[in-house]
Amino acid sequence: MSAPTHAPVAEPSPRPSGLAGFAADWASDQRTFKNVSWGKAMMWIFLLSDTFVFGCFLVAYMSARMSTAVPWPNPSEVFALHIGGSDVPLILIAIMTFVLISSSGTMAMAVNYGYRRDRRKTAALMLLTALFGATFVGMQAFEWTKLISEGVRPWGNPWGAPQFGSTFFMITGFHGTHVTIGVIFLLIIARKVWRGDFETGKRGFFTSRKGQYEIVEITGLYWHFVDLVWVFIFAFFYLW
Amino acid sequence: MVDIRSGTDGALGHAEVEDVELYHPHSWWTRYVFSQDAKIIAVQYASTAIAIGMVALVLSWLMRLQLGFPGQFAFIDAERYYQFITMHGMIMVIYLLTALFLGGFGNYLIPLMLGARDMVFPYANMLSYWLYLLAVLVLVSSFFAPGGPTGAGWTLYPPQAVLSGTPGGKDWGILLMLSSLILFIIGFTMGGLNYVVTVLQGRARGMTLMRMPLTIWGIFTATVMALLAFPALFVACVMMMFDRVLGTSFFMPAIVEMGEQLQHGGGSPILFQHLFWFFGHPEVYIVALPAFGIVSDLISTHARKNIFGYRMMVWAIVVIGALSFVVWAHHMYVSGMNPYFGFFFATTTLIIAVPTALKVYNWVLTLWRGDIHLNLPMLFALGFIVTFVNGGLTGLFLGNVVVDVPLSDTMFVVAHFHMVMGVAPILVIFGAIYHWYPKVTGRMLNEAMGQLHFWVTFVGAYLIFFPMHYLGLIGVPRRYYEMGETAFVPASAHTLNEFITIVALIVGAVQIVFLFNLVWSIRHGRDAGGNPWRATTLEWQTPETPPRHGNWGKELPVVYRWAYDYSVPGAPEDFIPQNQPGPDNLTRETAT
Repeated sequence: MSAPTHAPVAEPSPRPSGLAGFAADWASDQRTFKNVSWGKAMMWIFLLSDTFVFGCFLVAYMSARMSTAVPWPNPSEVFALHIGGSDVPLILIAIMTFVLISSSGTMAMAVNYGYRRDRRKTAALMLLTALFGATFVGMQAFEWTKLISEGVRPWGNPWGAPQFGSTFFMITGFHGTHVTIGVIFLLIIARKVWRGDFETGKRGFFTSRKGQYEIVEITGLYWHFVDLVWVFIFAFFYLW
Repeated sequence: MVDIRSGTDGALGHAEVEDVELYHPHSWWTRYVFSQDAKIIAVQYASTAIAIGMVALVLSWLMRLQLGFPGQFAFIDAERYYQFITMHGMIMVIYLLTALFLGGFGNYLIPLMLGARDMVFPYANMLSYWLYLLAVLVLVSSFFAPGGPTGAGWTLYPPQAVLSGTPGGKDWGILLMLSSLILFIIGFTMGGLNYVVTVLQGRARGMTLMRMPLTIWGIFTATVMALLAFPALFVACVMMMFDRVLGTSFFMPAIVEMGEQLQHGGGSPILFQHLFWFFGHPEVYIVALPAFGIVSDLISTHARKNIFGYRMMVWAIVVIGALSFVVWAHHMYVSGMNPYFGFFFATTTLIIAVPTALKVYNWVLTLWRGDIHLNLPMLFALGFIVTFVNGGLTGLFLGNVVVDVPLSDTMFVVAHFHMVMGVAPILVIFGAIYHWYPKVTGRMLNEAMGQLHFWVTFVGAYLIFFPMHYLGLIGVPRRYYEMGETAFVPASAHTLNEFITIVALIVGAVQIVFLFNLVWSIRHGRDAGGNPWRATTLEWQTPETPPRHGNWGKELPVVYRWAYDYSVPGAPEDFIPQNQPGPDNLTRETAT
């Protein structure tokens, strides 16, 4: 790549203040977000769009729950586990939430080591994150199995409003799908990191730029988003 | 492709992508079929959209035949009629207009007008088209499925959409429709992310957002809106699919069908309407904003005058886009709503008229004392302005709750939305095709055929839809298979219906002339040269016409001025291309 040879496009002008400055920043030359790569910008915008998907799911669930004429099953009882002779409310969900939040921590550390180009630690932490994610999905499968064995179906359940089962399976299922996709993606990227594809500029998806570990951060963005969504599902579905 | 990152000193890297860093196709298949070149993808999108649009046009003929001559055509029974209505509406709104404006014009114009080599993620862009094609094929397959396509109306309101009384409700029709929409949304998201990131992050040097042509502003804003509005439709489709397949009760209340109590209970049909229109109203502007943008450029170029109030035009596009997310329930005044909500939604609806009217004034003021060339793009642009004003004014009627309630579900509504989001954007599409066809193929479209096409389409559209206002006011309902005898509709209304049908057949037939023109001119059109309209924007400054893969040859263009330097006093020609350096006093950019 050669050095810039073109004449200046415009004289640098003093940055306007206030709202005009805000608009000028957004409208500035070539790229709106100066140090943001194409991939990262794409992930942010995709997540914004995905926020609307989950937002619509949750709003639909809330409107169904608020307008139902029959009682809504009590989450503290439905989601309780029978441990050591007594019902412990929400214990499984508490563990699931803890696991998923922990995975956000390991993901953040992976991003850090990625930028230090510490391949082994990055890959190990990504694998740990994927393991946490898989654990989460496994516990979700356990929870689904338990509820199904107790008679909860998408079209009805023994305790009250049929929308309980339908919204529960739909929203947790959609979230679980997101986690699963995230786990698969983490494994793919971790393998590439481990092999050192990012050092050699090996041909293939996401690897063509030498020494760039940004894809770890982009994967992390997605992962943190999925965690954040879970916090809302947890709050609106289990704590309400 | 490789994007250029800033250096360690924070200064922007040189925006020159070496030719070798582009993805290069190696075979005919990857060059023309599974192509990652935005220009090829644009042509693929546009051809598919026009092809499926022709199907929708034929469906509208069949509907009009039934309305004009009820009982004359034995094969149009009530069920088929509703299937025709549904498929006509859905195809026209989603698979033609949305796909053609964003997938077609967006793909072609965004990289070229911004001075980029391609979209930022060419591979995802290619997948976007193939998912769109799959969605279209799934949609078409419903014509051949048992029970035929769904006849639920393009709004697909439950509970009727999934009941046996509606064609396709208990057969494959509704399932194929919902699957097709879900595929379309996933495919569109892949393309939409491309368009947005390319506009935000992939511009040429000197191309600030406030130097972008308004076409790009329209497409960009519409794409952002689509990325936020389609999720609501996606969710609604998924939930209705579950209602139909799994027997859930998201939208299904306790209901008796054919004397039989169904298993559903407690669902809310109104919830579907909210989700649908949270998508549906922004959708109107997803179609309208690219049209606004394109028509601004057509008018400025062919009146040889800078657009009046460029900054205002940009802000109007952004404000319309934002406002359109808080007006959706004006489609639901008769669904039952708290009166305060009606007040809120009526107010926001009428506020949208302010930026919209501002745009219309600015188009007219751009024309004022301009050097108007009455060529085909300009004719279609003028046709758009009057049609849009007409449809916009009836929108003010329907935006008010008390006026909407009696007019709701009459032909007045049909007239309104066909004027404002049917005919008006289609006129812009035609104008845009006449405008950009020389860049895509290197040849001009035939002028005589174009004139015939314009006058019959424009006058015909008015003859079709203008009388429908009257029909609606005297109370002719929409979506009725046949009117029968009523106490309030005079017999003359029937004569009018016959007239409308005959005009509709003629207008439809003229579109065949247009299609013939498109094909004929590829070989026989007059040679266009690189810049036949003497336009300023970057796509007319490419080294080759049609532009090759990579668009710009060795060096990317550098932008020195806005897109509207027409008839600048003191300049040697009546236009100054955006990539032409020059003294700063030779521009009209600061005049706005």
